[in-house]
Amino acid sequence: MVQEHRSSRRNFLNYILGFGFLGWIISVLYPIIRYIIPPKIPEAKVKSVKVGKVGDFNPGTGTIFKFGNKPGILIRLETGEFRAFSAVCTHLDCTVQYREDMKAIWCACHNGVYDLNGRNISGPPPRPLEAFRVIVRGDEIYVSKEG
Amino acid sequence: MAKFGERLFNWFDERYKIRGFIEFMSHKSVPQHRHSIWYYFGGVSLFLFIIQVVTGILLLLYYRVGEDSSYESVQFIVSKVKFGWLIRSIHSWSANLMILAVFIHMFSVYFTKAYRKPRELTWVTGFLLLILSLTFGFSGYLLPWNELAFFATKVGTEIIGSIPVIGKELLIIVRGGEDVTGATLSRFFGLHVAILPGIFTVILFIHLLFVQIQGMSEPPEWEKLPPEKRKYIPFFPNFLLRDLLLWLIILNILAVLAVFFPWDLGKKADPFAPAPAGIKPEWYFLFMYQTLKLLPPKVLFIEGEFFGVLIFTVAGILWMLVPFWDVKTEKGYRNRLINYIGLFVLIYMITMTILGYALS
Repeated sequence: MVQEHRSSRRNFLNYILGFGFLGWIISVLYPIIRYIIPPKIPEAKVKSVKVGKVGDFNPGTGTIFKFGNKPGILIRLETGEFRAFSAVCTHLDCTVQYREDMKAIWCACHNGVYDLNGRNISGPPPRPLEAFRVIVRGDEIYVSKEG
Repeated sequence: MAKFGERLFNWFDERYKIRGFIEFMSHKSVPQHRHSIWYYFGGVSLFLFIIQVVTGILLLLYYRVGEDSSYESVQFIVSKVKFGWLIRSIHSWSANLMILAVFIHMFSVYFTKAYRKPRELTWVTGFLLLILSLTFGFSGYLLPWNELAFFATKVGTEIIGSIPVIGKELLIIVRGGEDVTGATLSRFFGLHVAILPGIFTVILFIHLLFVQIQGMSEPPEWEKLPPEKRKYIPFFPNFLLRDLLLWLIILNILAVLAVFFPWDLGKKADPFAPAPAGIKPEWYFLFMYQTLKLLPPKVLFIEGEFFGVLIFTVAGILWMLVPFWDVKTEKGYRNRLINYIGLFVLIYMITMTILGYALS
């Protein structure tokens, strides 16, 4: 009887110690893990940017511009029409470029190809490029997110 | 003089009992057979790691991490600092040769079945060292902050994002934010010069300790030979001297490579420039990269990238656990399946690497 009593007391102490140890580990690990996750930096939502003047872009060329903190691509078709897309490849985040020889938007990382409407036509990209709206006001070109 | 040496030895022996250790080392021997050449690649990997530590510390004297200083400081090292180009080139070349030596070491251990009982944990620690070496390579690649490294890191880390549920969060932890920025650079720097060296050194110590305790593995067929047919050479000095000679040759190869093929620094990374044509990861990631390239966007409802990552992870774990599921070799039977699997893996890696170079 006394023996049983003792062993249950010992078990109880072991549990207390065990949980204490577990708590100690968690209280050490939790702040470290939270420290590793970077704090969210609030960024101003960019809706529209001024890219440049019409005369800066020759027909049949593509130019990368800053859209907030992501790259965008402005393409001037041979017809003189402007089109703009997000330059972030929908595959693995690389920055795309305009290929004059292919008359297409091309990603060098994995050979992904989009047509001039931003549709993924060959290679690994799973989705079309996000399209932006181009507004030409007088001489100046503005690019804005739809909606 | 001899007397002084003896007194010094006795002084230490009295306190630390080093006589037993010296005795143990002097009786260490290495089997001599037609596969003995493979015994040297572990030592070669170790030597190249030592070179990495030394040149890495030297580079640290001038390297300044940061979006506005990383590229500039490496440029300073290779153009202004005396022999800076040499130190940096050796660090890059030695990193590549080390990965190569580690791969050769691993495959030779695999095919000679040296992982079998009682050396299971030597194999497992060795595999962990390989993974750490690859992480070293991946994190170090970004540090010069050039165009190629920038996009390689973007792609390499983006793959983490394809993991369901935790992928996004994990990606932010690895990158230190949503994009590859100066924050990523700081993180990789810390990983490369502090976290990895610490973990690597501990596991390397355990790995070497296991090898010292158990001695060199003998091939299964050789083990069955009558004792008079098995030849051994003493570790000290015979094997060690051969080791040193090989290390000297490696050092010469390194010097020649570093002088005649200095490592390019390339253009500074620009987050607002398109990815350059011909972009490729380092050769030791190329077989994985090429596989991902060939996978369709969706495999059975799973995203192609994640499917690839899943396959490589499962294959890697199975590879690490080979001593535990290869029960035939342990019992002294021939296990041809192991050879076929090894050959398949080797041929797959080589083919995909060649494809990676040829198709771009």
